[in-house]
Amino acid sequence: MLKKGLFKQPKNELEKGGRMPKKPVSEQGTELTSQCPACNLKTPVTMLLDNFNVCNCGYHFQFNARQRIDFIADEGSFCEMFDNLESVDIISFPGYEGKLKNAKLASKEREAVVCGTAEIGKNKCALFVMESGFMMGSMGSVVGEKVTRMFEYATENNLPVVGYTVSGGARMQEGIISLMQMAKTSGAVKRHSDAGGFYLAVLTHPTTGGVTASFASEGDIILAEPQALIGFAGPRVIEQTIRKKLPPEFQTAEFLLDKGFIDNIAPRKDQKQLISKLLSMHKRSW
Amino acid sequence: MSAFEKVLASRAKDRPTGLAYIIAIFDDFIELHGDRRFAEDTAIAGGIARLNDMPVTVIAMDKGNTTKEKIYRNFGSPNPEGYRKALRLMKQAEKFRRPVICFVDTSGAFCGIGAEERGQGLAIAENLMEMMTLKVPVISIFIGEGGSGGALALAVADEVWMLENAMYSVISPEGCASILWKDPKKVKEAAESLKLTAQDLKKLGVIEEIIAEPKKGFESVYKLLESKLTDALSRSLKIPAEELICKRYERFRKFGVFKEI
Ligand SMILES: [Zn+2]
Repeated sequence: MLKKGLFKQPKNELEKGGRMPKKPVSEQGTELTSQCPACNLKTPVTMLLDNFNVCNCGYHFQFNARQRIDFIADEGSFCEMFDNLESVDIISFPGYEGKLKNAKLASKEREAVVCGTAEIGKNKCALFVMESGFMMGSMGSVVGEKVTRMFEYATENNLPVVGYTVSGGARMQEGIISLMQMAKTSGAVKRHSDAGGFYLAVLTHPTTGGVTASFASEGDIILAEPQALIGFAGPRVIEQTIRKKLPPEFQTAEFLLDKGFIDNIAPRKDQKQLISKLLSMHKRSW
Repeated sequence: MSAFEKVLASRAKDRPTGLAYIIAIFDDFIELHGDRRFAEDTAIAGGIARLNDMPVTVIAMDKGNTTKEKIYRNFGSPNPEGYRKALRLMKQAEKFRRPVICFVDTSGAFCGIGAEERGQGLAIAENLMEMMTLKVPVISIFIGEGGSGGALALAVADEVWMLENAMYSVISPEGCASILWKDPKKVKEAAESLKLTAQDLKKLGVIEEIIAEPKKGFESVYKLLESKLTDALSRSLKIPAEELICKRYERFRKFGVFKEI
């Protein structure tokens, strides 16, 4: 049921620039530092990057898709695929073309997911990493197509899939076609799974809406980064529906672990080793 | 009718609800309750019935007509248990080789603390995955509102049909106007832009059939659906399961418009 005024506020934390600031960098003299929203400590950016963009207190700053690939894939092993796909304004939706243009400039990516093959601890896999800088990682035709192709490629080539999600949900500007991507990607995940393929999903801040209700929740193993917001409905929408403030831990990775919906929380510093181990334990002899 | 007038028609108070279709079209409906996991969700009703002697599994979202019914049915907004019950009944249908017919009418999956705590996103995702490879024919019919992922979770089907004044959208026009354009007054433009009417969706290839609505009474609609369902299902029951699943995959695989540069 939709109540009046339900949608007056931004749908999720990302939209209002939320829990993890997009650009944590502030200029202070000549040295760039980032101030941690959790402990308020200012840390030089170079030091942060050496620590996977994680503050000493454990707070995880946002990582873009290329940074993630750099830190998770063995050096020089990533081979990008399907990067020639570009969105079009399918239903002549007001303002969409401009938004796409800005998103490309802001993220320096062609779309909201980067796909390819990689080795992680010498384990070959298909890897997709979503990019929140491109229209909040929303899923339209191109995201749906690239993720689908990635799973189809992995199925054909007997590869496991490692997927990092970050998304505000389905891309409204593509109307019903964006909704269809949920079914399309789920079908490809199912085929990969039925063929015995291993799929490891890593949910990062924030993963919501149509991506949560499709491939983000379909992993054989689902990990999440500390404190990541993960849910179907965004917290603001829920707050306005129930007219109550939500507890701060609601929809965090820790909350989901407690409720039994994710396998574990994976701090960034442990991810590479953990994913390598999991991949090597799912090696197939055929 | 404009797109927004159709949205209003799809939500009209006197519109037949899902259970009305089940009772009018099928014989011997036996309702089966519960998800066998946590609870019974009355926003979705389901069970076994006969369609011209053919045993079928029927699943319907129901909004209720009176205030009392609406509250009992949670205004047709399912919790995870509703989707899990639906999946349980579909799996049961698969085991006994019964076709599945789903009636869709919801403003969306329920949005609340409990729904999130019990995995609303996962429940929808599991339906999408499992319906994609269900070994029996599935037909989904949109009879009113088709609200986003909450509607899609009962619509990964071989064929999707829509009543003339039903709608199906990634987001409500109200949501679109407020979130995207920060102007709740722009609902009409939003309804137009989202391409959510049966006519638009037919053009986009998202649905196979539009079911015409008479000015008054739905008797002729029920009759038409009864014969169309009988035809379609007796045809698809002859198709080998492998082929059926392959076609369903291709049906959804083709959605998406982009350029390759
Ligand atoms: Zn800190």
